[in-house]
Amino acid sequence: MEILMAWRNVWRNPRRSVLTILAIAFACLLLIFMLSFQFGMYEVMINAAVKVQTGHLQVIAKDYDKDMKMRWVVEDPQAVGDLMLAVPHITAHTFRANGFALLSSRDRTYGGMVTGVLPAREREISSTASTIRQGAYLEPGDTNQAVVGSLLAKNLHISVGDELVLLGNARDGSIAATVLNVKGVFSSGMDEYDRSAIQIPLPYFQEVFAMRGAVHQVVAVCDSLTAVGPAQSTVTGNLPKVKSKRNLECKSWDELLPGLIQSIQMDLGGGIIFYLILIVVVAFSIMNTFLMAVFERTHEFGTLMAIGAKPARLTKMLLYESAFLTSCGIILGIAAGCALTIYVESTGITLGEAQGMLRQYGIPNVMRPELSWLTAVTGPFVVFFITMLTALYPAFKVRKLKPVEAMHAI
Amino acid sequence: MSIVHIDNVTKTYRQGKVDVHALSGISLDISKGGFTVLAGPSGSGKTTLLNLMGGLDNPTSGSITLDGEVITGLSQSRLADMRLEKIGFVFQAYNLIPVLSAQENVEYVMLMQGVPAKERSERARAVLDDVGLEGKYSRRPAELSGGQQQRVAVARAIVSHPSIVLADEPTANLDSKTGQGLLEIMCEMNEKRNATFIFSTHDQMVMDYAKRLVHLKDGRIVDDETR
Ligand SMILES: Nc1ncnc2c1ncn2[C@@H]1O[C@H](COP(=O)(O)OP(=O)(O)OP(=O)(O)O)[C@@H](O)[C@H]1O
Ligand SMILES: [Mg+2]
Repeated sequence: MEILMAWRNVWRNPRRSVLTILAIAFACLLLIFMLSFQFGMYEVMINAAVKVQTGHLQVIAKDYDKDMKMRWVVEDPQAVGDLMLAVPHITAHTFRANGFALLSSRDRTYGGMVTGVLPAREREISSTASTIRQGAYLEPGDTNQAVVGSLLAKNLHISVGDELVLLGNARDGSIAATVLNVKGVFSSGMDEYDRSAIQIPLPYFQEVFAMRGAVHQVVAVCDSLTAVGPAQSTVTGNLPKVKSKRNLECKSWDELLPGLIQSIQMDLGGGIIFYLILIVVVAFSIMNTFLMAVFERTHEFGTLMAIGAKPARLTKMLLYESAFLTSCGIILGIAAGCALTIYVESTGITLGEAQGMLRQYGIPNVMRPELSWLTAVTGPFVVFFITMLTALYPAFKVRKLKPVEAMHAI
Repeated sequence: MSIVHIDNVTKTYRQGKVDVHALSGISLDISKGGFTVLAGPSGSGKTTLLNLMGGLDNPTSGSITLDGEVITGLSQSRLADMRLEKIGFVFQAYNLIPVLSAQENVEYVMLMQGVPAKERSERARAVLDDVGLEGKYSRRPAELSGGQQQRVAVARAIVSHPSIVLADEPTANLDSKTGQGLLEIMCEMNEKRNATFIFSTHDQMVMDYAKRLVHLKDGRIVDDETR
């Protein structure tokens, strides 16, 4: 009966209750949509960076990711590759070697990062082949062919078919020099990468840079982001079996892309501040509603106390009422928030020309939120928690009432 | 046997810097089953005295014994229990709970006492029948007339067989005919259920129903007649 009473009390002032419910629902909707949107964006960013640059996992000589020294190599890439074949969830792997070099066209010279890749395997792992804007990607059997980042090509004033002189440091300290033929130009969308990256076939790289069969990175991808952790520990556990002068280590994408993780954390941090402000505003309006409701009914509470109700009973009833209001708002908010998110997930939102962080990490200009349990439940849960917390104040305020004084109030 | 024993009770309100002596030395014995009316002009202390008897407030000095138990100085929580078990209230302004139906209003007291649902419902209907509200069980207060609301209030006050029923000007908001009807019902309940009724009023018609009439003036008893 008390629950029934609380339910009826909620609908005593339908307009006010509906407004309160809508405020709560709106806060939930906004939280669900924005969180889903942010997480959707992060996933795209991570996937893009992983696809273009790092892969999910890399086996490298210790500290190679911090300081790319030519001589810190993986001497027996085949042994590491065989090891990866046996690890569950790793779907593909490839080898890469990198060397910094001066690149000269007919009238300009720029520094660039030359990467030796296995064209066929690289297609399975990175998206570079699909971002070719001009010409074609490398094929197995190519020798002194190169694909060049679009901004680098622009800086060097070269296009497909032009020649490029490469001058660098080989593994043994000697000079690596060759002439490359531009076969294609790619544009990953990540400015930094497109400004410096150039790919050539790995065997040719090994010859030019005197690698003696060694590579710098064994790059692997997994079937999902969640599988990366377990796969990493399996690989790490098996690495000591591979002989190497310098210790090898297995790093995951987030360790290899600290900048990306930082950007995400900063973005999320800013978002959280905004969400908290939103929730506090909603909480105050709800507190106002609850206080008014208690204030208006002082006389009635006086009567209830006079006929023998203890303050705890009134507090309980008021908390039921708040719980009803909040639950209605939250259920409505979750339903509307999920509906909106799913709708936008299917249509996508077209952004203008991507800017800043987006541009840096190669985000496409159609964005889709990504609804998940996390994004659907976190916001509403926090709203519920904060709202019930604010409801405590008026609910406990009735404890101070004295029956005679309360009945005097009209 | 006396159900209420009031011993030299005073009540002083502080209003700003002045003390208002609402009651100055009241001693009174009320016997079980009586139908007592407190009469007196406005400001004479009727409401104050009823509130003290009902444990809604504590006297400034003196003591009050209710059904053998001294209630002066009890904690708020004990007073609430005492009100729930021993006292029924009827207020001038009906004071029903607007979101509850007539039957639920009557049941609410029993709910707090922990009476099982089935018994609650039967007893509530029986007492509503007694006050002449058959068939109006599910009406909300807003759907009842003032007289009917006050009958629900009487039903709520007597349903759990309290030691005393306190009614502060129960007829003041009713026209004289409706008020008379209500008084008839209370008289009937007084006899049928042997409930002790204590009223306040300044209405001559109500005083005519009294078996005992106590006149108050300026916080003192000026006349006490039993008829
Ligand atoms: N809460 C209070 N604070 C200060 N003074 C009060 C308070 N309640 C009552 N009084 C004073 O105590 C005196 C007695 O008041 P009381 O309400 O008992 O009179 P009453 O006989 O019920 O009058 P009425 O017939 O108008 O209801 C009055 O002088 C009143 O002003
Ligand atoms: Mg009065």
